[in-house]
Amino acid sequence: MTTIDAAHRLPRPEDLPPHERHVHQPHWRTKEAEFDAAKFGMWLFLATEVLLFSGMFCAYAVFRMLHPDAWTNGSHYLDWKWGGLNTIVLLVSSFTMAMSIHNAQKNQQGWLKFNLCFTILCALAFVFIKFTFEYTPKWSGWFFFLDPALHHHVDSGRTALGGLFHFVEGYGGKRPGSLFAYPFAESPYEPIWWSVYYISTGIHALHVLIGVGLISWLLWRAQRRHFGPGHYTAVEIVGLYWHIVDMIWIFLFPLLYLIH
Amino acid sequence: MTTLDHPHHPAHGGHEGSYLTPKGGFWATVWDWMTTIDHKKIGMMYLVAILTMFFVGGMAALAVRLELLNPTRLDPVTGHVVGSIFSAADATDTKPGNEIYNRMFTLHGAVMVFMFIIPSIPAALGNFLLPLMLGAKDVAFPRLNLCSWYLYVFGSIFAIIAVVGGGIDTGWTFYTPYSTVTDPDHWRLVYMVLGVFILGFSSIFTGLNFVVTVHKLRCPGMGWFDMPLFVWAIYATAIIQVLATPVLGITLLLLIFERLFHIGIFDPALGGDPVLFQHFFWFYSHPAVYIMILPGMAIINETLAVHARKRIFGYRAVAFSSLAIAGISFLVWGHHMFTSEGELSSAIFSALTFLVAIPTAVKMFNWIATLYKGSITFNTPMLYTLFFLFTFAIGGLTGMPLATLSTDLHLHDSYFVVAHFHYVMMGGTVIALLAGLHHWWPKMTGKMYNERAGIMGCFLVFIGFNMTFFIQFIMGSQGMPRRYASYVDDFHWMHMVSTFGSWVLLAGFLTHLVNFMTSLAVGARAPDNPWGGLTLEWDTDSPPIEHNFHHEPILTHGPYDFDDTVPPRTRPGEWPLAAPLPAGATAHH
Ligand code: HEM
Ligand SMILES: [Cu+2]
Repeated sequence: MTTIDAAHRLPRPEDLPPHERHVHQPHWRTKEAEFDAAKFGMWLFLATEVLLFSGMFCAYAVFRMLHPDAWTNGSHYLDWKWGGLNTIVLLVSSFTMAMSIHNAQKNQQGWLKFNLCFTILCALAFVFIKFTFEYTPKWSGWFFFLDPALHHHVDSGRTALGGLFHFVEGYGGKRPGSLFAYPFAESPYEPIWWSVYYISTGIHALHVLIGVGLISWLLWRAQRRHFGPGHYTAVEIVGLYWHIVDMIWIFLFPLLYLIH
Repeated sequence: MTTLDHPHHPAHGGHEGSYLTPKGGFWATVWDWMTTIDHKKIGMMYLVAILTMFFVGGMAALAVRLELLNPTRLDPVTGHVVGSIFSAADATDTKPGNEIYNRMFTLHGAVMVFMFIIPSIPAALGNFLLPLMLGAKDVAFPRLNLCSWYLYVFGSIFAIIAVVGGGIDTGWTFYTPYSTVTDPDHWRLVYMVLGVFILGFSSIFTGLNFVVTVHKLRCPGMGWFDMPLFVWAIYATAIIQVLATPVLGITLLLLIFERLFHIGIFDPALGGDPVLFQHFFWFYSHPAVYIMILPGMAIINETLAVHARKRIFGYRAVAFSSLAIAGISFLVWGHHMFTSEGELSSAIFSALTFLVAIPTAVKMFNWIATLYKGSITFNTPMLYTLFFLFTFAIGGLTGMPLATLSTDLHLHDSYFVVAHFHYVMMGGTVIALLAGLHHWWPKMTGKMYNERAGIMGCFLVFIGFNMTFFIQFIMGSQGMPRRYASYVDDFHWMHMVSTFGSWVLLAGFLTHLVNFMTSLAVGARAPDNPWGGLTLEWDTDSPPIEHNFHHEPILTHGPYDFDDTVPPRTRPGEWPLAAPLPAGATAHH
């Protein structure tokens, strides 16, 4: 029996922040076992993600072998500067994600939220760059006014969104498969290259957006002080997910942008 | 104050009722089941779902067999189509009827493979039994488990919409270019493929859940080699589910894009390659045949040992052969494409395929050796187990001529292949499922089924199955191609035998259905351990209490130590006591 005095010196459970109140689900013996299992499960899931992308890498390898010209010609239209910028953006976001796990472990609630926010912003920046500077001009010929590729071709005169976008004749149409309509293609098989490009980067971008959702959820919970040294499972496993999304881009970037 | 480190779960307190005890009124009970995270309830919900799908696929199969009772042809006198149940009475063109036939066998194959057999044993029996056999309270991620079930239902709904909308005619393999050009611009194929894509996620999540459960939730005292062999085989299956299914996922996505936007990946006109689809598809679908059979083998381990009251011969060999099968299964996909790939790769894939036969044979020999000097009870589970050994041996051995290049060139895409895969999938997995259903029915429902009716059903299924499919080996080797609604007259009597067999099969299944339903209504109350099994699921009530065990079990004996362990929760005389009694125990015969 605990004495009344001793009981009074401890905070009542309902006064503790949620992360200190956390109890494991009934079928686990300990909190640690539950945490390990969650991590193990996430690793397995990440293995399935890698295998999903490996299908695309396989298609990439097969068609690059079959149609090397289409690959060099197609890759020629990708700007390594945008790809490189996005690589840096993702690397930074991986770092802030790792930091947020550290913050949770050290109970730095303010930094935790800051780092999660920063990660979300990086992810959004990645998608923004991808869409405005890469997909849109290639698909339809509409260039964002900041795009360096535009400087030689500002003569068309067609603008949209108050001059934010300029249309450049003959530059769009780099689309996958039968949607391909680029007038100056040098290899008859270039449509296949664009199929591989759009699908692999598209599925990757979708993963980035899912990451935005997951990290926003973390932020929402962090706001409610759900995470702390005693409990940070969700931060840890979303972190793992985020690193794999980053890793996949690290492979996609050189394979797509840096071939000659 | 101890509340912090020893959480107190209100749900754990007083009531120790059976998991089947209704929670309030009708709607409250429905709500309880639809939101449950109890692995036993989810297992039962899967059981209902897969048996429904088995019924749907079975009806399509009966229709296919009925169509084949007579060859479809034009009557030379009247000019009308005869011998086709899918053609209008006064039709003068066989094409519309044949197109329905194509849709029917596609429906049959796709439903049976993706909606019945792949989820069947792992998701239904595996869900129910895995935690019990490990002495755990639940699977590792109970909510993910419920999510898998909903994904399964959701995916099936997509597929059913495609079927109700007119069906697809590509065969269950969705080969390009059939799947990209037939029914131009129709949404049905996209729905079907999307449905299978979603089903794939359901399968991945189940597998992932089971792998983590086996690693992390074994009860105190249970090392890897103390696990029942059922668990080993389900574990190997789960690994394949996790590692193979994502490749199917990306393949199906590409197929959807190909269909919707003609991205050209599988289209030679744009520089693509239709054979690439076959590689992708079989990279999943060959391992998938082991997703189908390993759980069947899982069941056979248990039914064989318990009803022969013998320690499984070569426990470790059987356990490792499951893992070996899982590993090798990833290296042999090319044997489905001997006629469409290069010679060198065919030779390599042929050689690798022979390797799979080794661990499979290891299991067969070990099972047969287990029977030697066992005290065998010829009840329904045991008869089905013997049935499995017989038909699976035929199915496996006929894989050999298919794996041999020279013979496969003749047998490929013939009824020989159809017979082969029915002997392994139906003669293996479905028969094992029936063995397992009878074996664990008392545990799952708390009711005994009628043994005589069970045995009668088993005989009907045995006769019906062999009648339906054995003749197909002969037909196929004589040149009857698969997926045709018509044939030359020489095959007529064989098709008739096969179709009559399918009716006997139906009678057998209906016998079991009626037997099970009656047992639910009026069956005798099942004892906790009707067969004297030693695995942990027999160590709790029938049906199990909500939290599985009254106390966390601590393992004190191996799963097959029949010679020196008194089965728990069994009164002597409740099970056939053949082994010498350990000191101190008394038998009342
Ligand atoms: C000893 C083991 C086995 C060997 C050597 C083997 C070999 C083969 C080969 C070479 C083929 C291709 C035949 C052709 O299309 O020309 C084949 C087809 C098939 N096998 Fe097996 N097999 C074995 C076990 C199994 C098992 C256990 C299952 C399922 C539970 C299975 C299911 C299938 C199916 C579904 C097909 C036909 C696929 C289709 O074209 O629709 N096999 N088998
Ligand atoms: Cu195969």
